[in-house]
Amino acid sequence: MESKEKTIQMRWMELVVSAFFILLGAIVIKDSFRTGFQWGSDGPQPGYFPFYIGLILVTGAIWVAIQTLITWKKDDGQETFAKVEEFKLVLKMLVPTIIYVAVLIFLGLYIASILFIAFFMVWQGKYSYFKSFSVGFIVCAILFGLFELWFLVPLPKGPIEALFGY
Amino acid sequence: MDEFNNLMGGFAVALTLPNIGFMLVGILLGVLIGVLPGLGGANGVAILLPLTFSMSPTSAIIMLSCIYWGALFGGAITSILFNIPGEPWSVATTFDGYPMAQKNRAAQALTAAFTSSFVGALVAVIMVTFLAPVVAKFALKFGPPEFFAVQLLTFCSFIGMSKEPPVKTLLAMMLGFALAAVGLDSVTGTLRMTFGFEGLLQGFDFLIAVIGLFGIGEILLTMEEGLAFKGKGGKITLRDVLETWKELPKYWATSIRSCLIGCWMGITPGGATPASFMSYGVAKRFSKDPESFGKGNIEGVVAPETAAHAAGTAALLPMLTLGIPGSPTAAVLLGGLLIWGLQPGPLLFTEQKDFVWGLIASMYLGNIVGLIVVLTTVPWWAAILRIPFPIIAPVIVVICAVGAYTVHSKMLDVVMMLVFGLIGYAFKKLKYPLAPLVLALVLGDMAESSFRQSMLISSGSLGVFWNNPLSGSIATLGLLLLVWPLISKLWGVIRK
Repeated sequence: MESKEKTIQMRWMELVVSAFFILLGAIVIKDSFRTGFQWGSDGPQPGYFPFYIGLILVTGAIWVAIQTLITWKKDDGQETFAKVEEFKLVLKMLVPTIIYVAVLIFLGLYIASILFIAFFMVWQGKYSYFKSFSVGFIVCAILFGLFELWFLVPLPKGPIEALFGY
Repeated sequence: MDEFNNLMGGFAVALTLPNIGFMLVGILLGVLIGVLPGLGGANGVAILLPLTFSMSPTSAIIMLSCIYWGALFGGAITSILFNIPGEPWSVATTFDGYPMAQKNRAAQALTAAFTSSFVGALVAVIMVTFLAPVVAKFALKFGPPEFFAVQLLTFCSFIGMSKEPPVKTLLAMMLGFALAAVGLDSVTGTLRMTFGFEGLLQGFDFLIAVIGLFGIGEILLTMEEGLAFKGKGGKITLRDVLETWKELPKYWATSIRSCLIGCWMGITPGGATPASFMSYGVAKRFSKDPESFGKGNIEGVVAPETAAHAAGTAALLPMLTLGIPGSPTAAVLLGGLLIWGLQPGPLLFTEQKDFVWGLIASMYLGNIVGLIVVLTTVPWWAAILRIPFPIIAPVIVVICAVGAYTVHSKMLDVVMMLVFGLIGYAFKKLKYPLAPLVLALVLGDMAESSFRQSMLISSGSLGVFWNNPLSGSIATLGLLLLVWPLISKLWGVIRK
């Protein structure tokens, strides 16, 4: 091992995703028992297809997992999913996006978007507060003009827009 | 000459002032989408779809399909100037396009790329013009068994022809089917897999999936690469264009081969991306000088661009005639048809003549307009790419959120978009293909109901698919494609 750089190994991620598929397949199969998975008199019952979809999901995922385990020793963590450094960058995008969606639900789209764009620009781009909020505001103004005024498609609004009568 | 008259009628529909305006807006938006990371043909069209709800279907499809052409053109700009494929189908263009730009031949590379895109699209449109009515007439005789056979062929060819491991293609597709099954069962009215959540009653909308998988997923990937956009400026003078055009006819053989590959891959659901790679590979194999590929051979730009555009255009043929999309973007357009109240399929050609021929005429016009637009405006698009990522990234996330919300005006969809974004990121990294997931999500319900209708006809016997030669041969071809990976492996073992 030459590089000591920390990585997230591909083999672990393969297992995680396989587990996800197995879980999903199990849920699908369980529900198909409820709706009926057999071949009725006039063809398949509602759960017939989901049952086999679930079955293929589980078998396929086990197949991938077994393949991963077979090459486990040989691979020895050589193949990387992402370097930890890289993954931190992904989180820097992902976490604010999750918070953005949460804020969006309560404050509406416009306010959340202004805050999100401004925050990200200040945090990642080291722009001044004035510039950052201006960009956020301009983007939202364009969205407002395009959707609410021109094409008459309403976007979600929160308590603050309500103060202005929208 | 019926087609010709219809086409002329189509031009009359497309050549009204508002429709030309929509065409231009579509092309500009499309190139913008193609240039920006995280926004592409499929999710770009999905995001802009709600804007067309109040438009007439013909204007709407003209604008949306022009967005698609624009995105196909735009992908080449970033690949050549910045070595960043704006779209998956322009990855192969970077192989020779970027080396050309580094040798200060960016203008030639761009001209070659745009011109070959145009040629590819034109050939495919001509094919659509004359083949689509024939296929539609033929498909009028289709019953549920035939439709199911075609759908089976679609799914099987994904597994048989995919570049990714077949198991992973299968898993991605099954995920799509499972998600498609959620909600009200269309045949019996039973609720499936809703687990008491009201939000799941209508099931998962593939438009949301497309926006999340391709949009948010792509932004996360771009962030991971820690992008600093460093690229060549692009300026094309009239002399560059004329000189390159003089040179291009030399590559007629490559061009024809690429058109054929593109049309084939577009009609069978391979899509633009595999078509571009395949065409690049073939061009290299047939070349007298394969060594120069990858170092800035103009043929290496011509081949993938021609094929990608031909495939992208040809993908609309099965979408219009059979209601079966050949690519994720065609799937989104299909979703649009349903929203505007049109039933895609063979009847479209007899009942909605204006719509169909207006669209086909706009494919000719849109590509001519597109070619002129991109040739004249390249420097602007290059400038847009110089906007730093910390500004672009949150703006694109906001646009995706707006797009996801406006499809059904449901907040839950925005959350779903985020979940699909994570899935998209993980799948891309682990080499699970996304296209089968999307198509399974779109076609899952349709395939299931045509299967069950067939079963009702035959009172539960699978033999109905082999009752007539048509559905029988399609279904058999599908099954052959399904086991193709196994056959080719066995063949390899035997030959050793």
